[in-house]
Amino acid sequence: MIAEIGHFALILALCVAMVQAVVPLMGARRGQASWMAVAEPASALQFLFIAVAFAALTNAYVTSDFSVMNVAQNSHTEKPMLYKVAGVWGNHEGSLLLWITILALFGFAVTLFGRNLPIGLKCRALAVQAMIAVGFLLFILLTSNPFARLEPPPLDGSGLNPMLQDPGLAFHPPFLYLGYVGFSMAFSFAIAALLEGRVDAAWARWVRPWTLAAWVFLTGGIILGSWWAYYTLGWGGWWFWDPVENASFMPWLAGTALLHSAIVVEKRDALKSWTILLAIVAFGFSLLGTFLVRSGVLTSVHAFATDPARGVFILLLLVLAVGGSFMLYAMRAPAMKMGGLFAPLSREGSLLLNNVLLSTGAATVLLGTLYPLIADALNLGKVTVGPPFFNSVFLPLMAPMAAMMAVGPMMAWKRGDLAGVLGRLKFVAAIALGAGLLVWFLQGGSAGPWWTGAGFALAVWLGLGTLVDLAERIGLIDAPAEALGRAARLPRSTWGMVLAHFGVAVFIIGLTASAAWTEERIQTQKIGETVMVGGYGVTLKAVNDVPGPNYMAHRATFEISRNGKVIDVMEPEKRVYRQPPRPITTAAIRSGIIGDLYVVIGDPDPAKDGHVTRLYFNPCIPWLWAGAGLLILGGTISLLDRRHRVGAPTRAHARGRRARA
Amino acid sequence: MKWILGVLMMALATSAFAVNPDEMLKDPAQEHRARELGKDLRCLVCQNQSIDDSDADLAKDLRVIVRERIMAGDSDDQVRKFVVDRYGDYVLLTPPFKGTTLVLWVGPFVLFAGALAVVFGFYRRRRAGDAAAPVTPLSAEEKRRLEKLLKEQGQ
Repeated sequence: MIAEIGHFALILALCVAMVQAVVPLMGARRGQASWMAVAEPASALQFLFIAVAFAALTNAYVTSDFSVMNVAQNSHTEKPMLYKVAGVWGNHEGSLLLWITILALFGFAVTLFGRNLPIGLKCRALAVQAMIAVGFLLFILLTSNPFARLEPPPLDGSGLNPMLQDPGLAFHPPFLYLGYVGFSMAFSFAIAALLEGRVDAAWARWVRPWTLAAWVFLTGGIILGSWWAYYTLGWGGWWFWDPVENASFMPWLAGTALLHSAIVVEKRDALKSWTILLAIVAFGFSLLGTFLVRSGVLTSVHAFATDPARGVFILLLLVLAVGGSFMLYAMRAPAMKMGGLFAPLSREGSLLLNNVLLSTGAATVLLGTLYPLIADALNLGKVTVGPPFFNSVFLPLMAPMAAMMAVGPMMAWKRGDLAGVLGRLKFVAAIALGAGLLVWFLQGGSAGPWWTGAGFALAVWLGLGTLVDLAERIGLIDAPAEALGRAARLPRSTWGMVLAHFGVAVFIIGLTASAAWTEERIQTQKIGETVMVGGYGVTLKAVNDVPGPNYMAHRATFEISRNGKVIDVMEPEKRVYRQPPRPITTAAIRSGIIGDLYVVIGDPDPAKDGHVTRLYFNPCIPWLWAGAGLLILGGTISLLDRRHRVGAPTRAHARGRRARA
Repeated sequence: MKWILGVLMMALATSAFAVNPDEMLKDPAQEHRARELGKDLRCLVCQNQSIDDSDADLAKDLRVIVRERIMAGDSDDQVRKFVVDRYGDYVLLTPPFKGTTLVLWVGPFVLFAGALAVVFGFYRRRRAGDAAAPVTPLSAEEKRRLEKLLKEQGQ
């Protein structure tokens, strides 16, 4: 019964969304206030119905109602509660339901927090939001109903893929979707602005925090996925340029560009039409990502759906949404007024260059991801575009951007003084060069890869450059006594920028070191035998069978010693799940600032009376997580900026003030 | 029940997992070459995984083939050619640079140059627009309004 309520609620939500997509838009066109007023209650009602549907499916999972096909196929009574709940979105139908729930939540948020928004902009944006909802609700109801019943119900379910039974991956999809779908806000408001034919600072002030929030979630989602890959896949890799990873990385790149160009719209009233385009592109990439993953076009571990009807439906949705928006953009954008003037060498100019590099980066990832499909379709032969391609094309584009990130924030608005800024950074440049040479020397020159020195120099340049910028802003050198007070008064968005840029520097160190100097020992190890890796002695003490809640684990016990002294015990596992019966390796990781000791137990090797063990020393891996953490922290702090929270004067208020004057 | 589980685990436990000690070459220099080659060869039955990272049987076979060729004295290029001759370009994770992949390799740089050109055009147009915009003097009506506004401000 509850499942049927969920199904029915989805149908009701579709009806509400249809009304919300049409009536306010017509009202705004005709200036009918009562029609426009439909938008807000409709968004609340739509959210309510979708939330009921989501709760109904969650209930089916929690109570293990196997008469619901989706639950029978993806759950099991033995599964821990966390994974029963996470199982809701661990499959095609459920993850789409999560998608639409988050979409409705964002729409409702416009109603909740958008009190000071101009009514025309608000109701148009809500209508656009509802159009997206109609598309996805139809998709769920017509091709991917999560509430389909099974008769007769099985005694127990087939279980969730053990790869997905992991805390990192349980939260990976919700975060990713909060990011993906969060960009729908920028999109809806961009379309609304195009319909209105007006973009101004009030628009940017509204769009920026939402974009920032989406970006923070997307960053978190991507990094959770990487972290999961790092400790689960069993050899310490964390990014593979897998099409599904790229699908989440492209919106991230476009979103990062959008975040920066929206600053220019807000502060300087320039780059408006470009920012609108980016808002469309960022959400377009989110839809493309959903299409790539959901359609099964690129079959991979992530793609649950391989039903062509679904693929065609999403493709249609994608073409309609992106094609329609581009058409509207082409019609309306040229009429948009050019804003404030600025010289190429200025804060705006460097933000624009940042946008050029990020967009080219996103386009490169898009090209590399889709090229195998294109080549196949055009009969150019089957090609593989793998990590070496992306590394050799994408990274050269990002390196100059990282270098520029130290300079850009120090440039003045409108007309900057590049020579002056570089002069202020000359000590930083010298230290960065020194650090690069030192790293090069320490790795034994050409004994390591050529780019390690460059990577470290770049990281030091960006990290120190960002700190110099901060020191200048708070007058640390000129007036140290007042520096603390000034630091406290610095806008939160500035702190956010400093933290995020510094985070990128930290990230670059992790990226460079882990790519260059990973140490690996693969061997058959007997009980009691010691293998040296990364300066640690790793001794295999025992291998035991230990039962888990829904799996059986081979657990190895390793004793870790340094300079002959035992400092730790590590216990990696190889688990075999009961339902579905699949083996999973769980690495044991000992993290330190210098790097991670990463220990994996493999199969028994009866011939040599031992066990296959894989021991790695992965240098500076924690720096990656720390760097990403700083990005998220920076974004969050920036989000708490007073100006974002209070909301700047709206057009109506501004007009009122003008009238009073 | 426990017995069945034991059999099941035995069956699963024999599945290979990425590079295994039994397939590794004795000479560390040769093994290093094999690993570097393996990083660029695709496991054909997996999605986007190199043969070094994959636990599929086919990946294991390819790893062994690479090592056999190295032992037979092939150079890196010869090994790569040996594999490509049998499996096609598809097996290479780095697509070869040729006619059909020109767009892929050159595309990003053309895009970047194009984007820079657009930005350059944007600045030029702006400067031209700035200089060309004729400064029209205020009309009598506008002057009157301006004066009125200034007077109001002054009060």
